[in-house]
Amino acid sequence: MAKKGVADYIRETQVWKSIFRHGPPTNARNRAAVVAGNVFLHLHPIKLKKSGVQLGYTWCMGGLTFFIFLALTVTGLLLMFYYRPTAEYAYNDIIALKEHVPLGIMREIHRWGAHAMVITVWLHMFRVFMTGSYKPPREFNWGVGVILLVLTLLLSFTGYLLPWDQLAIWAIAVGSNMAKATPFLGHGGPGAALAQIGDFVMVSDKNDVRFQLLAGRFVGEPALLRFYILHCVFIPLVVGVLIAVHFWRVRKDGGISAPL
Amino acid sequence: MSEDSKLQLNRREFFSFITVGWVAFTSACAGLLSLAFRFTYPNVNFEPEMDFIAGFPSDYENGVDERWKNGYGVWMVKQEGKLVALSNICTHLGCVPNWLPAELKFKCPCHGSGYYMNGVNFEGPAPRPLERYKISLNPEGKIKVDKTKVYRYEKGQWDSPDSYLSV
Repeated sequence: MAKKGVADYIRETQVWKSIFRHGPPTNARNRAAVVAGNVFLHLHPIKLKKSGVQLGYTWCMGGLTFFIFLALTVTGLLLMFYYRPTAEYAYNDIIALKEHVPLGIMREIHRWGAHAMVITVWLHMFRVFMTGSYKPPREFNWGVGVILLVLTLLLSFTGYLLPWDQLAIWAIAVGSNMAKATPFLGHGGPGAALAQIGDFVMVSDKNDVRFQLLAGRFVGEPALLRFYILHCVFIPLVVGVLIAVHFWRVRKDGGISAPL
Repeated sequence: MSEDSKLQLNRREFFSFITVGWVAFTSACAGLLSLAFRFTYPNVNFEPEMDFIAGFPSDYENGVDERWKNGYGVWMVKQEGKLVALSNICTHLGCVPNWLPAELKFKCPCHGSGYYMNGVNFEGPAPRPLERYKISLNPEGKIKVDKTKVYRYEKGQWDSPDSYLSV
């Protein structure tokens, strides 16, 4: 039997054993346990196909997208220390983020990251399409991916209002007009004119889906707060859950993209 | 069956109770969800009223009057013996155009839609003329503008007597 080193003594301590539940990775069982028992490694599959790690095949776009999403989460949380979502403060807080705060580039990282994430999501989907990786049994995950694309665009869109400058206000005024055209739910959409009994209009500008989005008929301070909540809490939560489902399906459907 | 076993549930009865329980639970959840949905619609909003009194017809000169633009989003336009309440929402994508007195036109800064003084579009991407709101005189002889009633040129609604005041 080999002589015990310092590392072996450390591995036998109560503290070490309470954190790492497996023995040293000297046999196949423990090597698997190292991956399965580590929360970060566990997000990764235990085995990867050789083609899955070839850059020329995957472009790494899905991984980059996830990395950018994490970066946006971190920078977004940091921005929340300074940004106040009210008409009085919002614009000045964005200026302050640039001029009064150390590492003022943080806000730009968040903004550029948003642009970059939209680009990488598109390229990721382009790659998945061109390599035929959306085909059965992966068709469900393609569907999840499409929803994630829409949510990515919605995250960009909801973030656009937050600086509360002319560009933002008018862009959201234009964008929220799309909600007005929702079939049956928006007062300018198809079907809304049918929902009328005599003079009583059931779908009007004070109860349709656009009103719900803006908390009013026009883009104003309540809309700023709602878009802030959607941007910082609501959509990221849904995205987080769907990303988990997305990765889980990648593993269940035969691993990262490769011919099955 | 003994007296005791009548008090106890048999398997079939147990499952029917479970069904009742699940229905109750599901409807309670649905009720809470609909409450949460209702929660997003405030009972009061602090936006400008949809109708307002705009003074006497004699207050207006010929041409475009911008005094109600900021508060209510309405231009009062008087020409050819008619006074109309013109919406200031661009029919392209919903921005607010500006009145350019020197060029006698409304011009939208976003995508360049242009409208004549009467609200009819002539340049840019705007697909149709500006909308008119219902305008009438109240018993005191003052002008009442009602923004909940909209009159569209392309539907022939500008012929409606509610869409203008003869002055």
